[in-house]
Amino acid sequence: MSKERIQISPDLFDIMPAEYQDLVRRATYGKEDRGWKDIGMAKELIEEHSLCAGCPESMAFRYILASLPNPEDTVMVGSTGCTSLVFPHVAVHNIHSLFGNQNAVASGLKRALSLRFPGKIKDVVVLAGDGATVDIGLDMTLQAWFRQEKFTTICFDNELYANTGGQESGMMRKGFVAKMAPAGKMFEKVRLPEIARESGCHYVVNCTVSKPNLVEKVIKNAVYVAREIGPTYVQLYTPCILEIGKNSMEGLQEMRDAERPTERFAYKEYISDQAKELLAEIAAKEKEKKAAAKKQLAGKEA
Amino acid sequence: MATSSVIGKKNKMGQTYTDPWYMMHEAPRTPSFFTGSEVIKEAIRRASCDVMIAYPITPQSEAAALIGELFVEGYVGDYFRGESEFAVMSECAGAAFGGARVFTTTAGPGTMRAMENFPMWAGARLPIQMIVTCRGINSPLSIQPDTLEISYLLNTGMLVWHAETAQDFFDWILIGYLVAEEPDVHLPLALCCDGFFVTHTKDVVQLTPADMCLPPYDPYRSPVPCMDMECPPVRMMRDPFVMKSNYISYATHASWQQEVWAAVERSRKHTIRWLDGLIEVDNGDADILIVSSGTAVSQGREAKALLEEEGIDVGIVKIKTLRPWPGEEIREATKHAKHIIVPEFNIIGWLAREIRATIPNSDRVFAGPHVGGGMTMPPEIIAADIKALLGIKTAALAGRGS
Repeated sequence: MSKERIQISPDLFDIMPAEYQDLVRRATYGKEDRGWKDIGMAKELIEEHSLCAGCPESMAFRYILASLPNPEDTVMVGSTGCTSLVFPHVAVHNIHSLFGNQNAVASGLKRALSLRFPGKIKDVVVLAGDGATVDIGLDMTLQAWFRQEKFTTICFDNELYANTGGQESGMMRKGFVAKMAPAGKMFEKVRLPEIARESGCHYVVNCTVSKPNLVEKVIKNAVYVAREIGPTYVQLYTPCILEIGKNSMEGLQEMRDAERPTERFAYKEYISDQAKELLAEIAAKEKEKKAAAKKQLAGKEA
Repeated sequence: MATSSVIGKKNKMGQTYTDPWYMMHEAPRTPSFFTGSEVIKEAIRRASCDVMIAYPITPQSEAAALIGELFVEGYVGDYFRGESEFAVMSECAGAAFGGARVFTTTAGPGTMRAMENFPMWAGARLPIQMIVTCRGINSPLSIQPDTLEISYLLNTGMLVWHAETAQDFFDWILIGYLVAEEPDVHLPLALCCDGFFVTHTKDVVQLTPADMCLPPYDPYRSPVPCMDMECPPVRMMRDPFVMKSNYISYATHASWQQEVWAAVERSRKHTIRWLDGLIEVDNGDADILIVSSGTAVSQGREAKALLEEEGIDVGIVKIKTLRPWPGEEIREATKHAKHIIVPEFNIIGWLAREIRATIPNSDRVFAGPHVGGGMTMPPEIIAADIKALLGIKTAALAGRGS
């Protein structure tokens, strides 16, 4: 649970790329309380992203990677789309294979890792766009949940096909005019969070990434529950500012607007009883740890 | 650095990890009367397979279900039914990315549905083994044997072998892992057979001892990193190549495809060693050669016997591997032949096209006979075509229209 596996031979240290040296010296692998506050303070697990300037997806990516509780033993599975432009810059193992098959790949991967590393935590996290998750990949998304595969599915919901140039997706709002929806989308936004709950997910959250604190908590919970109990689903609004006609600096406001109580991304969560119990246990342990640390600190001061 | 070997150690089922060459070539064999499906099960029992993912489609369903029994017994690490062939092949990819030895089976429309996965498997260098029990793929619906689907697999970058008999099947499943997992190969293998003819008929098969099994797969012999976070998670590239229109992008994709096909070529030496050559020649000096793969070879052998009775000398060339393609071997084996007959269990005759593109004086190739849609290929029709080529008049065969 540390940087042990990325150490560089001392004889070769100086000839390794600067980013790699930095990764070994200053990345947060193994730091127990790692979180979004490490961003800018420690080496991040995402290098320069290749998304559009101001893209909320890049914020989401950074918050998620900073929040993974166990990045040194986490493998991520992506899909084709804007996310696949970022994954090559990410310092955890990640798989891109095809468009829409991410939950199938993750199912096989998680089973192989469970088989090969019994008793060791190996988290699997899927991160894909809404086209991959809901349209072309819906069957595999749902079937992984039916089978109770123990991994987290994160959907970057930008309500359209961003990487191919802004076509209609199932997650798009009804009436929105887009490429391939020339008269406006004819049907309602797919309600995947509710479907996730009915399909057996134990922890489901629908929100935006406007609040890094919240994203951190949600991602950690989703990974913990998937690790111990079963599938979890997190749907994050990461608007494609380019395709909805906004400017680079307007992404944050767009998310704030969309998370108002009556809007599509008002915070919603579902937690199964089993998951509630687990999360309460984890919270109690954390509280205990904090109290002990406080006591120790007080002892030192005295 | 200390090295250790698993050879001689026992697995949890009490089987001994055995030196593969000894196991396949020297260990005592027991004759058993089995269907092809049962033979698949017996091979997997000995294959130290980690993960098998199944989906029902005739005629491979029985084999896929029998592997489930092996899982319950404890011979296979994990097993489940996926939701479609496309998903199953992606699930297989995930398991292989995670360092497992993976097995699956499919047929006909299933192969076609899963097709997008196969070049991905090859490009990702995943040594998954897939049994393809060929059946018709075109409408109207047919569940009968037809080898058209093999032609779609030929350009995926996978190794493609075509078994003739259940014995081939048993040996080649085990050997398949050995070749596919070589570090200089590390590619998926489509091990094809003609559905029903091989899967559902019983044959005597010589089995290796059930208490011997292959050494387990070592994912760290892979030429690409295993996705298990046990090795450094370096960023794979400074700039993602996908969708970039620049010379580096083109060069990367082109060179990687070249490398995949170079790996197919590098499998040649291992395959020759393990399969005792990529082709098998019987009576190769004859002027007339029947050159084919799969059960068409068996029918060719029958035709050869029929023609011998009439004093017509015929030789047989059995093609075992389609990828790597035994071009040099076929050129050599056919160099003196006057007539090359290529019978096939499909209408289009893809194997004849491959052979024509390989040999000089390709007008020597007679593409046919062809049967499709599950029809059998009586040896008489092969014999009749050969006699027609020789200008020997024969009585019209019933049902052939002339």
